[in-house]
Amino acid sequence: MGNRTFSIGGVHPHDNKISRECRIETLPIAPTVYISVAQHIGAPAKPVVAPGDKVKVGQVVAEPGGFVSAFIHSSVSGTVKSVAPRADLAGNPQLCIEIAVDGNEWAEGIDTSDTLVKDIPADNKAIIEKIRLGGVVGLGGATFPTHVKLSPPPGSKCERVIINGCECEPYLTSDFRTLLEKGEQVVIGAAILRQVMGNVPCTIAIEENKPEAIAHIKEVIAKLGYEGIEVMTMKMMYPQGGEKQLIDAVMHRQVGSGALPISVGAVVQNVATALAVYEAVQKNKPVIDNSVTVTGACFPHQANLLVRVGTPLRYILDYLGGLPDNAAKVISGGPMMGKAVANLDAATVKGTGALLILTEEETRRAPETNCIRCGKCADACPMGLEPFLLNKLAKANDVEALEANAAQDCIECGCCLYSCPAHIPLLDNIRMGKGAVMGVLRARAAAARAAAEAKK
Amino acid sequence: MSKLLVSPSPHIHSKDSTKSLMLDVVIALMPAVLCSFVFYGWREIVLMLVSVGSCVLLEYGITRYMLGKASTIGDLSAVVTGILLALNVPYTTPWWVMVIGAIVAIGVAKMTFGGLGQNIWNPALVGRVFLLVSFPTYMTTWSQPQGLFGADAVTGATPLGVIKEGLLQGASVQDLMGDYSYSQLLFANLGGSAGEVCALALLCGFVYLCVRRVIKPWITLAVFATVALTSLLFWGINPARFTDPLFNLLTGGLILGACFMATDYVTSPMSVKGGIVFGVGIGFLTMMIRYFGSYPEGVSFAILIMNSVVPLLNRWFHQKKFGRK
Repeated sequence: MGNRTFSIGGVHPHDNKISRECRIETLPIAPTVYISVAQHIGAPAKPVVAPGDKVKVGQVVAEPGGFVSAFIHSSVSGTVKSVAPRADLAGNPQLCIEIAVDGNEWAEGIDTSDTLVKDIPADNKAIIEKIRLGGVVGLGGATFPTHVKLSPPPGSKCERVIINGCECEPYLTSDFRTLLEKGEQVVIGAAILRQVMGNVPCTIAIEENKPEAIAHIKEVIAKLGYEGIEVMTMKMMYPQGGEKQLIDAVMHRQVGSGALPISVGAVVQNVATALAVYEAVQKNKPVIDNSVTVTGACFPHQANLLVRVGTPLRYILDYLGGLPDNAAKVISGGPMMGKAVANLDAATVKGTGALLILTEEETRRAPETNCIRCGKCADACPMGLEPFLLNKLAKANDVEALEANAAQDCIECGCCLYSCPAHIPLLDNIRMGKGAVMGVLRARAAAARAAAEAKK
Repeated sequence: MSKLLVSPSPHIHSKDSTKSLMLDVVIALMPAVLCSFVFYGWREIVLMLVSVGSCVLLEYGITRYMLGKASTIGDLSAVVTGILLALNVPYTTPWWVMVIGAIVAIGVAKMTFGGLGQNIWNPALVGRVFLLVSFPTYMTTWSQPQGLFGADAVTGATPLGVIKEGLLQGASVQDLMGDYSYSQLLFANLGGSAGEVCALALLCGFVYLCVRRVIKPWITLAVFATVALTSLLFWGINPARFTDPLFNLLTGGLILGACFMATDYVTSPMSVKGGIVFGVGIGFLTMMIRYFGSYPEGVSFAILIMNSVVPLLNRWFHQKKFGRK
């Protein structure tokens, strides 16, 4: 039997991991950083510093703005220049804390040494509190606050922790390098996570195109002598790193529409998040930096960089020699789900995992032609949807039919558009349809809540 | 670098295009086309050129001058229709009949509905059936293959035609079958449409399409299985009145139809389940027409009838959705 993968759909883009041999290199600190207060899913954080304040590395600069929210720390030491809206990578204004850098002085209590701390504290509550105070969020891209994920609602039970090391997006290599260079820390992070969830088994899922990482992590687990943690080699298939797809691949369980992974007993955390958990719990180090792959066939200097949160994108690119003349598009993230950058003066956030530079030729969309009803989009859809149908319904704005055909289940992975031989902008249209359905679902939920209140 | 491109994800695309898929179909048809050239000679070559040429020119003319749009011949679908149409008629068909077939196929069955992807019925089959009912003489005067540069054709009837005729005159299947061997059927037909000449060449093309993942095999396999089972049942009951399964699988346009026409993207169901129902329908209708209909051959009619049902099959059969019952 071959390696495991998820059961429905998926595509095989060329993996293009051209930066895989580049060791993680520490980027010099930028002269000025811009730390956004909206770096996570949920309520934006509330700034607790004012212009003129001196801050140290790892000092809290913004507090959670709600239950689903996260602490934000200064990634540098220096002086707060302003707390004001600034254009993010899409060009939308976002409240940012501007800090002029002065030296590299760390806050009290943070262990900046390289010593590996193996002993895991016994108190799970204290661990979760440390994760919360460390501002740890899902670094695989969704940036969901980790402490919330680790506190399942009453009645639900975790049966397995899955560490997502698939890195199924083409080009990206930061998780791969992290596994190779910080494997011990990741494995200890995984051990902490499984202990917190009630000593459940833990699977570290890595795709077969990273054999070095698979071998290394197996070695590390054996060396550290942990039981209950295993490495699972996954078939190469996009979007395996999708939470629902990975749970299906590892546990053969499908999370229902609108349900959370915990409903089938799974908690999924990304490799970078496991590292952040280790650093927050064992070293008291909050999330102030993360690994960013900077790559592209046209880009002269492939790199995996350890970047302080809030570093302007232009500073990173200039450090590596600037954008080549034939660069047409800069993408924050991978080529399948990443966001095109409109503003290079925007700064990185916790979830920034890659900067991908593509030429016009690589990213060109051919003109749309007639649908030939080949069904390749439906074959590719990992959610078992029928993109050709949703596309039509979205164009007709038939919200009722969109909901009946599960447009709200779309994970926007891009497989449909990627595989369409007629180059129909399926996902563009389906996104709009999904938005309309989500609006209806939210309104319905709000109405139901209001009705329940009225009954009381 | 002055401005950055900004567009929604995904930012890359697979190499597949309508043109590359159609090119694969053309490649898959090549063994059968070459066989037909070898068996039937220059008249088949001329017929093929006339068919493909008129299909492509018609589509160009209609899109450019009647609709005033950009031409769509670059997607090669007109070439596929042209090849299939030529493979669906006897090589003795006059060139002007071929042109009429192309007009019906491209002009009526394809472009009237809005071009590629919009048509309900397979264009090549509509063209073929139109010729069959309009010019029965040309379309049913099948000829014995004489080979490339061979002498003039000896006219005869197809195996299915011989048996239908014989049964009407009271002969039994066993008597009539004496003239045919299965290996003859598999490697070189005994008369019929150009594309029916070599079953093996067609099957090679079918395997190529499956390996290249251009089509899925389920529709074709469902047709073959249904034809085999239906004929096994009838033949088992009365071998004197009904032909056997192997004979039915190897004769007529069954292989050409099941491999290349029933699997046409546009006119077949989107889902695997729908495709299997579609294939079973084609197989069953084919056998009913062959056994009880007035025409000796029923594949074309069976496919066209099932084409009409496709919108319903698409409505009934959906993919299994992730995490839903």
